[in-house]
Amino acid sequence: MTRKHRRLLIVLACGAGLSTATALALGAFRSTIVFFMTPADIAEQHPPVGRTIRLGGMVEAGSLRRTTEDGQPVATFKVTDGRDAIDVSYTGILPDLFREGQGVVAMGELRPDHVFVADEVLAKHDEKYMPKDVAEALKKRGYWRHGQESQPVDLSAAPTETSAR
Amino acid sequence: MIPELGHFALALACVLAFAQAFVGIWGAHRRDARLIAATPGLAVGQLLALAAAAGCLVYSAVTNDFSVANIAENSAIAKPLLYKITGTWGNHEGSILLWGLILGICGGAVSLFGRNLPSGLRARVLGVLGGTSAGFLLFALTTSDAFARLWPAPPDGAGMNPLLQDPGLAFHPPILYTGYVGFAVPFAFAVAALLEGRIDAAWGRWVRPWALTSWAFLTCGIALGSWWAYYELGWGGYWFWDPVENASLMPWLTGTALVHSAIVVEKRESLKIWTVLLAIGTFSLSLSGTFLVRSGILNSVHAFANDPARGIFILSLLGLVIGGSLLLFALRAPTLASGGIFAPLSREGALVLNNILLCSICAVVIMGTMYPPFADLLLGQKISVGAPFFNATVFPLAIPTFAVMAMGPLLPWKRARLGPVLAHAWWAGLIAVIVAGICAIGMKIVTALAFGVAAWLILGSFAEVVERTLLFRAPVATSFRRARGLPTAVLGAAIAHAGMGVTIAGIAGVSLSQSKIVALAPGGQTQLGPYHFTLLDLRDAPGPNYQARIADIAITRNGVPFDTVHPERRSFPKAQQTTSDVTIETNFLRDLYVVLGEERDGQAVLRFHINPLAPWIWLGALIMAAGGMLSLADRRLRIGAPSRARNAAAALPA
Repeated sequence: MTRKHRRLLIVLACGAGLSTATALALGAFRSTIVFFMTPADIAEQHPPVGRTIRLGGMVEAGSLRRTTEDGQPVATFKVTDGRDAIDVSYTGILPDLFREGQGVVAMGELRPDHVFVADEVLAKHDEKYMPKDVAEALKKRGYWRHGQESQPVDLSAAPTETSAR
Repeated sequence: MIPELGHFALALACVLAFAQAFVGIWGAHRRDARLIAATPGLAVGQLLALAAAAGCLVYSAVTNDFSVANIAENSAIAKPLLYKITGTWGNHEGSILLWGLILGICGGAVSLFGRNLPSGLRARVLGVLGGTSAGFLLFALTTSDAFARLWPAPPDGAGMNPLLQDPGLAFHPPILYTGYVGFAVPFAFAVAALLEGRIDAAWGRWVRPWALTSWAFLTCGIALGSWWAYYELGWGGYWFWDPVENASLMPWLTGTALVHSAIVVEKRESLKIWTVLLAIGTFSLSLSGTFLVRSGILNSVHAFANDPARGIFILSLLGLVIGGSLLLFALRAPTLASGGIFAPLSREGALVLNNILLCSICAVVIMGTMYPPFADLLLGQKISVGAPFFNATVFPLAIPTFAVMAMGPLLPWKRARLGPVLAHAWWAGLIAVIVAGICAIGMKIVTALAFGVAAWLILGSFAEVVERTLLFRAPVATSFRRARGLPTAVLGAAIAHAGMGVTIAGIAGVSLSQSKIVALAPGGQTQLGPYHFTLLDLRDAPGPNYQARIADIAITRNGVPFDTVHPERRSFPKAQQTTSDVTIETNFLRDLYVVLGEERDGQAVLRFHINPLAPWIWLGALIMAAGGMLSLADRRLRIGAPSRARNAAAALPA
């Protein structure tokens, strides 16, 4: 085997490696990418049932209900962006800083009956903090009130985010 | 007074670093013997100045000097002493200082342990290290001053994020940073070689110990971080494909490739240009790791020190270091002569395949990590890429990597035939197939495959040791004698590869975990697997800077009393935060993982996990690092060390 052959072989092997990586990544992007949506986005775009979504918005005041199903704690609450609201059901321990009237991000999927089943709920580990994506989405929806001094988007002091899975 | 001294020491270190960069590179270029001889002294001076600066910061933290802004923001009188000390690097300013200190230690180590290096090469290496250090120290001085004063000084500090008040996380940054920053030395060697325009086998031999040490530290650092996430965050998971975790995984992957390709440079004078590129790439990824965490580009679970304004400085520094070294590479690499020729099926071939696969894995991790922020920036799309993406892309590339891993060391250099290799390793392959077959009954295919791969790696890694020591074929005394003559590098490689197998077994085991969430009142009971849990009591207990709520839970196994565990929930009034203090009852074959959640109506929400083989994940990483360190002890890597093993090594083809 000459030097040229050897070099060609290595180049081909590198090409094969990289193209496999690219193909895998692109294929996986198509099926596993998770979009961030607010309830209004969901109402407009009708994402297919079973597709994983990150749902962001405010927990509607007075909507939180805790029940027990099969000995497991289940929390149901409404997430709103001011225009639309959606019912969310979550089995498990809510993060320590989950509060009504505050920002939340829930990861999960829509059930056929339009209840959002979350398998992960994220709340920032700071009372003052609002998740960045949620704040931007709410601003875009015009739900952001300027009087809400208690909820500045202070990224310089972004605290640790906790989640419950 | 002390903080000002620290600030002065930091400025002094920065000046010395600039001097080191200039004197080292210019002196070596002009072949000025006096300048060349001055470089190591400058590096040691820089190290001493940095140590003094770090010492001043620790002193200020321990003595509760809240007139220092950094300490007022991150410390408090009630904080335990350990976290006062380790807290100095738990925040942005302190961690940049730590980064600089470790870079200084690297420079000092090259000065002190690199006496056998040609003086010109050493001066250039130190010059490059000095230049990098100068950039970072300038960053520390101008944008992240750890010694900035606060007036009026508050009576007490604001405290530290309770999640970070943990022994595992206290030592995670220094170890991880040693790994990150350590790759600056191979990087400096690569740039120095490009400046000199010469790379030979000796270069490979000098680079490898540094790369190996950094790699071992990075392995430990990643494992420690993952372990912390496992027991402190209380989700039962250990790896979340979080951007910050990925930022440490990327240099680990290319660093692993570097450790292997440097072997080829050393033994066969081949893959030289590639190794230089890997050294540059690994350190670039380490720097980007810092950048990703510190700049706020990727907000994530661990990013506790975000500040976009600093990002611009870091971005410029990154551009200078990465762009400059790549430019130098483009200009100089073609002048480096390529070396020995080899057949595709050979040790070199296997190492090339290892490099291609590791770099492909790194490429998909980079894509998955970088695409969401760029999609947000350029397309305005809010997307996230999570575990499903990485599972779908990394596993198909990892499986062939593991398959080759155990085979590689069995192949001879230059040209190999499969026959003899199979003759040595067939039993490992057979056992692996049997293991996978047994596991396939009642488990998912992926899990069964992972167990098979783990068995293949652990057994296959020792196939070479068994072969070389003639174990089971010669008398035990002969085997023992041959084992003593075995180069530690061979043993180290086998141990490191087997460690990977142990980690894979752990990962596969945890994928079989069972969990259950229940709400129980005191006296309530629940069952998970063979274990029966009874909530005995819920009580309050005070801690040094928190209030704890403790659940006492009795566990019986098949009716036999087994253990009582006490998971806690701690509220830190200062930080207005609550953390869960998980209890993990382990017997090294499985973890019983109990979390206490919120309480309401007299009922406590409890979460139970049974995680089979969980400890193996971190045990395997430790074994990997130990293998790397053992390989480092090889006399062949210690230049000038009297070579006790030379005769034995010569008798065995290396």
